[in-house]
Amino acid sequence: MDFKDYYEIMGVKKDASQDEIKRAYRKLARKYHPDVSKEADAEIRFKEIGEAYEALKDPEKRTAYDQLGANWKAGQDFNPPPDWDAGFEFNGAGYTGGDASDYSDFFESLFGRGFGSAQAQHQRGGYTARGEDHHAKVLIDLEDAYHGATRGITLQSPELDNNGHVITKQRTLNVKIPKGVKQGQRIRLAGQGSAGMGNAPAGDLYLEIEFKPHSIYRVDGHDVYLDLPVTPWEAALGATIKVPTPNGPVDLKIAEGTITGRKMRLKARGIPAKSPGDLYVVSQITLPPADSEEAKDLYRKMEQELAYNPRSKLGV
Amino acid sequence: MTQQILDGILIDEQTELSLNELCKACSSSAEWIIELVEEGALEPSGYVQTQWRFSGNSLQRARTAMRLQRDLDINLAGVALALDLLGEIEILESRLCQFEISNND
Repeated sequence: MDFKDYYEIMGVKKDASQDEIKRAYRKLARKYHPDVSKEADAEIRFKEIGEAYEALKDPEKRTAYDQLGANWKAGQDFNPPPDWDAGFEFNGAGYTGGDASDYSDFFESLFGRGFGSAQAQHQRGGYTARGEDHHAKVLIDLEDAYHGATRGITLQSPELDNNGHVITKQRTLNVKIPKGVKQGQRIRLAGQGSAGMGNAPAGDLYLEIEFKPHSIYRVDGHDVYLDLPVTPWEAALGATIKVPTPNGPVDLKIAEGTITGRKMRLKARGIPAKSPGDLYVVSQITLPPADSEEAKDLYRKMEQELAYNPRSKLGV
Repeated sequence: MTQQILDGILIDEQTELSLNELCKACSSSAEWIIELVEEGALEPSGYVQTQWRFSGNSLQRARTAMRLQRDLDINLAGVALALDLLGEIEILESRLCQFEISNND
């Protein structure tokens, strides 16, 4: 297990005051909050920061952590020394809100695991209570939104075993992805959440749809964008060319005198729905390379025979 | 049991959720949702609470609100502001994306 340098993660000195640590946490949390941040690794960073703050905000945990010594480097292989925490008492109160199951093995080896989420399950304390709803993300291909699909997803959820320990349970579900889903939409699977207490029904499972990045298409709501490379002669003279769409290739007419960046709308060929999205084909004129004598000659001939000054509007 | 194919309900703009359903989906209290409505962060249709109907994307908004409030310790007015600004950024980004496409060379 790797040693984690919580001070480094928080970007504070080892002798930082509790106030400084709190300020650093607040700043980093706002920066990397997954709902706010556009950084690719925001979620990982946010969890890391939460864990570091969890360890440092509590003076007892921090003192215990400091006791490990200053010689550890982040990423170094680490095993807690025996009885390292003798004389400390950690209570479960005041988790930063992150799921206890999100914390690293390193954190758990120091401060134990599970007290947070184990308590949460008992808080309801009722006789019968409907099971909690769960949420998970499912990654799909753009094509799945066009045609519908069945996807197997593996979910991990912390559960209590008979001795009251938290164990991570894995289960796989095959889920039908309906045609026409959009990024960020959710699919509700009734009864697939936590089991209810007593005779109460189980909770639901909500799957959030997320598209995998596509090599040629971009998605914006129900609309889909495609950059289409065209040759100068196709653009100048007009042409009918084959264009890929997630539903299979279609023939598209390019108008005479098409410029780069012209948006051509293929109505209702975006993501299907009651009001389906459109597919926008955006022309990108590409130059054939002048990598042979023949090609160079052709360019020179154009230079001589076409009186073309693209900079005439610039007054030169 | 893994062979069974589950067919769920897609929560889209046409889906309507009652106050009770939204509470359950967010594991929140009704009071908390009502506060969000009072802040104008959620806009259900229907005049009286018992007739409130929330659109599908209210679920997204409420869940984001919950995380922001919990993780960043901001009050509901701040959460409502953040939601509005995030929505605006999304619109601007989508416009920027279209603008960049039409100005690419």
